[in-house]
This record gives sequence, structure tokens and C-alpha cells, in this order.
Amino acid sequence: MHDRLTLAREFQKMLPAECVIYREEELIPYECDGLSAYRKVPLIVLLPYTAEQVEEILRFCHRQQIPVVARGAGTGLSGGALPHEEGVLLSLARLNRILEIDNDNMQARVQPGVRNLAVSEAAKPYGLYYAPDPSSQIACSIGGNVAENAGGVHCLKYGLTLHNVLQVTLITIDGEKITLGAGSLDAPGLDLLTLITGSEGMLGVVVEVLVKLLPIPERQQVVLAAFDDIETAGNAVAQVIAKGILPAGLEMMDNLSIRASEDFVHAGYPTEAAAILLCEVDGVDAEVSEEIMRVREILKQSGATEVRTAMDEQERIRFWAGRKNAFPAVGRLSPDYYCMDGTIPRHHLGKVLKMIDEMSQRYGLRCANVFHAGDGNLHPLILYDANNPGELEQAEAFGGEILELCVAVGGTITGEHGVGLEKINQMCAQFRDEELETFHAVKRVFDPLTLLNPGKAIPTLNRCAEFGAMHVHAGKLRFPELERF
Amino acid sequence: MSNDRDFSQSLQSAVKDAAHDVRPLQLMGHGSKSFYGRELAGEPLSLAEHRGIISYEPTELVITARAGTPLQEIEDTLLEKGQMLSFEPPRFDGKGTIGGAIAAGLSGPRRPWGGSPRDQLLGIKLLDGQGQILKFGGQVMKNVAGYDLSRLMAGAMGTLGILLEASIKVLPKPMQEHTLTFSAEQPTAWALLHKMLIEGVPITATYSLDNNHKVRIACSQQRLGEIKTRYGLEPSDKPQSGFWQGLRDQQHDYFKQQSPLWRLSLPPAAKLDIEGRILYEWSGGLRWLATDRPAREIRSLVEKESGHAILFRNGDRRGEMFHPLHPRISVIQKQLKQVFDPQGIFNPGRHYEDY
Repeated sequence: MHDRLTLAREFQKMLPAECVIYREEELIPYECDGLSAYRKVPLIVLLPYTAEQVEEILRFCHRQQIPVVARGAGTGLSGGALPHEEGVLLSLARLNRILEIDNDNMQARVQPGVRNLAVSEAAKPYGLYYAPDPSSQIACSIGGNVAENAGGVHCLKYGLTLHNVLQVTLITIDGEKITLGAGSLDAPGLDLLTLITGSEGMLGVVVEVLVKLLPIPERQQVVLAAFDDIETAGNAVAQVIAKGILPAGLEMMDNLSIRASEDFVHAGYPTEAAAILLCEVDGVDAEVSEEIMRVREILKQSGATEVRTAMDEQERIRFWAGRKNAFPAVGRLSPDYYCMDGTIPRHHLGKVLKMIDEMSQRYGLRCANVFHAGDGNLHPLILYDANNPGELEQAEAFGGEILELCVAVGGTITGEHGVGLEKINQMCAQFRDEELETFHAVKRVFDPLTLLNPGKAIPTLNRCAEFGAMHVHAGKLRFPELERF
Repeated sequence: MSNDRDFSQSLQSAVKDAAHDVRPLQLMGHGSKSFYGRELAGEPLSLAEHRGIISYEPTELVITARAGTPLQEIEDTLLEKGQMLSFEPPRFDGKGTIGGAIAAGLSGPRRPWGGSPRDQLLGIKLLDGQGQILKFGGQVMKNVAGYDLSRLMAGAMGTLGILLEASIKVLPKPMQEHTLTFSAEQPTAWALLHKMLIEGVPITATYSLDNNHKVRIACSQQRLGEIKTRYGLEPSDKPQSGFWQGLRDQQHDYFKQQSPLWRLSLPPAAKLDIEGRILYEWSGGLRWLATDRPAREIRSLVEKESGHAILFRNGDRRGEMFHPLHPRISVIQKQLKQVFDPQGIFNPGRHYEDY
């Protein structure tokens, strides 16, 4: 165990004084990320200015065997940037420069601390933008987006972070700088860029990112459709896709989310509807008009009780504001809420929502559902009150059960928020020992001493054995009625 | 399909035996890409019989198939529902399997707009070098549980394991695609193309050789008229779908040359000061060069422009075909090989000499 003060002095030798934070009261703001239910005070926080300083920090930590947790903007929702009590919290917030907007190649070279939205703002004068748009895009950083393979509401058409990043510069745990990917669309050798993207800070520290930029669509238009039954809404989504339309965004909200959002941002949502769909189309003006007509027709034929096209840009933005503010809006209904992030094959939506509803009644906790319907990514928001003893644990158990249900129907425990610490037990439901062991072996290639973000993302086999003992009651798996995939 | 067969178990025992005897295997689908990469070694293990579409749900935009399933079968099935493999995998000699397409990682003319095998791969069932069957990823588009080991297989040239099954994201095929042709000096052509891209013209393929250029655009007849007027271009007289397929499969005359054929991957606007006649695709991001110039010269010029070069055909297959790696990356690659294939039985030396 390292002594805080001694360590601070060591780091002060290699970094300017303001980069080393070690006083207890100054460490507190770093004790959690966006998942505030989990908190730990780090031994020390470092805020380097340059990639070279990151190299030096990692070399030192490697030599001294000090755990390192990298942190971007701290907006993550799975506890991925939860500090280690005996380790360094390495914030990349000061590596925050946009190094180059390359109009000719439609690329931007940025440091990891740059905010997601700032990239699009900087590219705007060139008629370009950066496509992935997680709901936290005002605050979240590109480095964090790479670590989590962040998605957003437009990824059905434009892909995830993975599809929009060309190259990263990575510092290995022993302080060597390597470049993965290329300025071109492919790179030689194994595709290590794909391995780093979404690796939750377990394999290295990203200090520079080259992203793709896309032309800003001439026009975006959105249709809002109301349904009196959530399964009908789900089938409508399938119909839109079956007809060859690839919407830029396709989002669904259930009644509780609709009402919460309407109260919060007054988006003009029909509060009586069991579900609404927001379907956005983008492209050139004339073609958008044509496609909107087709979407309206399909939605009506699929049983929508009401179909509304945004009258103007203000209304379009308002329709989206309701969706983008759904989390905080639901947050107003309850002292605390717990956001889940499972993905399911879309045709199971009706069944899954029905089972979530049953769980909600069983646990006595309300649950609002927000759904990236185009890509099957479900965000159930469990409402609870942490001040009521045992309620957080109940919410966690409820959430865990939802994730295991997602796996049981052929989906996954996390679509875009990452495993972090939060979903580590559910990893045991999704993967078998051989697969987990392969993950650990891959980790050892990059970080044999397990210093980078220890204890996150991939559970130990022992942990799974204990978890399994808890969950398999009398030799029976959960959801025995479901066919296993 | 009557040819559908699940050979997982016999492949598993073949791998276990080979691992036990430390006997290298040469993984083989249709063999349509056996010219690609370094010299083949090891005992051939055919994956072509392990075939069949396992599931296809058009409204989910996902297809799952066994490795040996012919691309033709997959693409025909998708076409019935108006969908496609958006990375347009090449079918050299008209053949190719889905496993081979993923392992080689090659994409056709649609690549910059339709993605690559790696981009569209959602999940795999992998037979590793110890004969274990492992599942990574899944059938859903968003999935960040665990490291993305399925996509790591794309372009790995079969060196990490056998792809027993793959789930792939598919996309709707554009209702209409048109080809415009024009003649112009290269700089003029690139400026025009860049302007079209920035202005959001839905380009889905480009081709340039000498002063002849072609652009494929997915749009309505009416919009095509507007584009023609705005950019001063003429549509081709005859339908061009055969042209793009020929380009994808390297049936174009350019590929009949006997000199070593280099595949250069570059940032699209990179200026490359190199002698020789270049065929451009991907709005400049992919360039083909048939030349006898020394490898070292080509690689260093391309590297200077943040790109890389692969000796694609007609080269000395005992030398390095793929671009040399940074020493540390080479070490990481070898260690990853150890993880998946500790006995080194899968396609040894096909990708890199020491790996």
C-alpha cells in the first residue's frame, strides 16, 4: 500500500503542482462517475496536460505496481471510472484540444478530453459533423466514447463509435506509445483498434483519436406516432425496416416516460398513448419529404392512433428534447433512478416489456422504458429511493433480472453503457468460463500485472462461481420457460 | 437448402487432433482467395461443407450463417427481401464463402459508405486452437459486453481460429442506383468528387483510371437529373451494374497485368508521388498499382501519407505481403495468437512470416 503524501511528492516531481490532487476534500468530486450509487475515494488524482506526461505517469505506476483508473468526463453509467482506493485516478480532462479538422479527408484529430459535441461544433464551418451522439454529448468526452464504444440515437444508420473512429494513439501500461488503426479505412495486421474500442480502460490509455466526419444532412425531419399498445409500436418499427427504410433515428418511449418528459420539457407528446415512436429521416430536401410520406403511411397502416410530422424545425427539436431529456425527466418522478442498458432482438420486445412489468410489480418498484427501437437497445429506468433501507439493493436485483432476461432472449447485458462494475455479475450469465478466460488472457497481453482499471468489465471465474451459486436455485435457471440462445 | 450441414463436431475433432500433434492446418473455403497473403502451408482443412443460413430475420437486419455458406447464396437470399451485404465482398472467380470474406476482411466499391466486414460483423461462434467452441458478440447491433473479440477475427486471415458461424448486420439495398461518367484531369475530378461528397450527394462507389471517372449514386431519377445539372455530368448510356461487379471481383482489364499488383490504402486526399498508372476506388481511399518498383520504395511512400500497402497479387509469396508492423504491435499480435492458437496450427505464416 502506498502512502498518499509520499506518492504525491513523487508525482509532483514529474508534473506541475496543479496536476496532482491529493487533499481529501479535493479528491471527493472524483469519487464516482455517472453511476453515483457506487463511490470510492482514490488515493490520488492526476490531471496531466500532455501525452508525454501520461507516458511518464504510466511508466511510474507500472514500476511501482500502482493501479490506474482512466477517466474522461465521468458521465459513464456503469461505474467504469469508479476510482481504486489504492490507485491513481488518471483524468484526461486537460488533453482537450482539437488538433486538426481535415476538410479534404473529412477527418478530425482530437485529444481524448475533447467533448463529443465540440467536435461537431468545430467541424460545422466545413459543413461536416461527428455522427455518434450519446445523450450525454454536451459533456461526455471522445476518450470516454472510445472506451465505452458509445452509441446514441443515430447509430442504426451511422453506426457506433467503432464505425466512426479511424485511429487511436494508445499508451500501454509500461508507457510505450503505439498507434492503432490508420488515416485510411483499414490498417495492417490484426484489427487492434476494434479491440481497444469499448475495452473500458482495461488495455491502455488513449491520448489521441482520429475520427471520421460526415457531411451535415441538408434536412432532417421527424414523425411522431402514438400507439395504444406497446407491442403494436414494436411491430410498426419492424414494418418501417421491412419496407427498406433506414431511419436516421428510431426511438420508442412508454407511457411513464412520455408523461415524465411531457411534464418536464412540454414536447407536445400525447400523454394518453401507451407508446410513442419518433422516426427521423435525413438527406436532401425533396427525398426527405418523399420518405416522410412513406413513413407516415407505414406507421398508420401498422396501427398508429396518431401520426404527426414536425411542423417546423422548432417542433422537431422539441420532439427530440422530450426523448433526450427522458432520463432526467424520469428522475423527477423519484428521488433516485437506476438506468439499465440491455439489448434484445427487437421481435422479443412485447414479451420482454411484459415480463419487466411483472418484475416491476413483484419488486414494488416503478420502471419507465426508453428504447432505441431501431437497434433493439432498451433502457429501463428503475425508480427507487435510496433513503429507504434495502431499496437500492432491490433496484439492483430488479435490474440484474432484466439483464439476465435480455441474455435469455438472445440479447446482451449492455448495448452502450459498458459493464464497468455495475454489470460485472451479469457477465457470468452472458459468457461461459472458457470465454471469460479468453477475455482475461487478452487482458494479460496488454496488462499482465492487472494494473489498468482492476476489477472492472470482466469478472473472475471465482466471482461467477459465487454468483452462479446465488442464482441457480435448486438447479433451476431463471426464465426456464424461455428457449435459450 | 439440401446442402446445409453442421460439421462443428468433426471440425472440432480435426482441430483437437491437429493441436495434439502440433500439425498446421490450412483453412480453406472455396479457395477463391488462395492467391492472397503469404505462401500457404499446412494440411488443407475444408470448411466449405460446413454451410447453411441458420437464421435470417429481415426486419432485424441480421443474418446468421455457417462459415462455408457461399456468398452467392447469402446475397441471393438477402436480395429477395431487398437487402444486401453492404460491404460488397469480392467474389474472385465468382466464388467465395462468408467465412472467407470475413477472414480476408476485403470490401468492394461500397466500402466508404457501406462499411467493411469488420463493421458489420455482430457476433461469431469460434473454434479456437484448443478445439474450444467460444461465442463472442451476438445477433444484436449494440453490444459492448466484454472485449470485441468477434470483430478481431475480421481480416485476421484465419490465423486465430475457425469461424463456425457469423452474424452480420445487413442493410436495405438502395431502390435505385445510377452511374455517372465523366472525363477530366485528375485534380479537377478530385475537386468535383470532394464537392459532391461534402454536399451530401449519396455516392455509393467511385472509380478513376487515367482521366476517366465513374460515380455510382443511390437516388431517384428526378434527383439524378438535378445532380447532372448541378455538377455538369452525363449518365452512362448503358446500365453499369456489371461494371461495378467487375471492379469488385477484379475482372476489369487493369487487373490482368502481370506485374506485382499493390493495394494501397490511404487517406482519400493523400497525394502520392509515385510512378505508374493507378486505379482509384473509394474516392481515393483505395488505390491499385501494378508496378515492378521495389517494395521498400512503395511502402515508404505510402507510409509517409499515413497509409499502408499490401502486395495483393503476382508477388514473391515468401516475402512480406502485408505491411510491416511497429515492433510493439507485432509483439501484441503474436501474444494474441498465443491466446487463441497456442500451438500455432491455424494458417501459419499466411498473414506475417513470424506469426
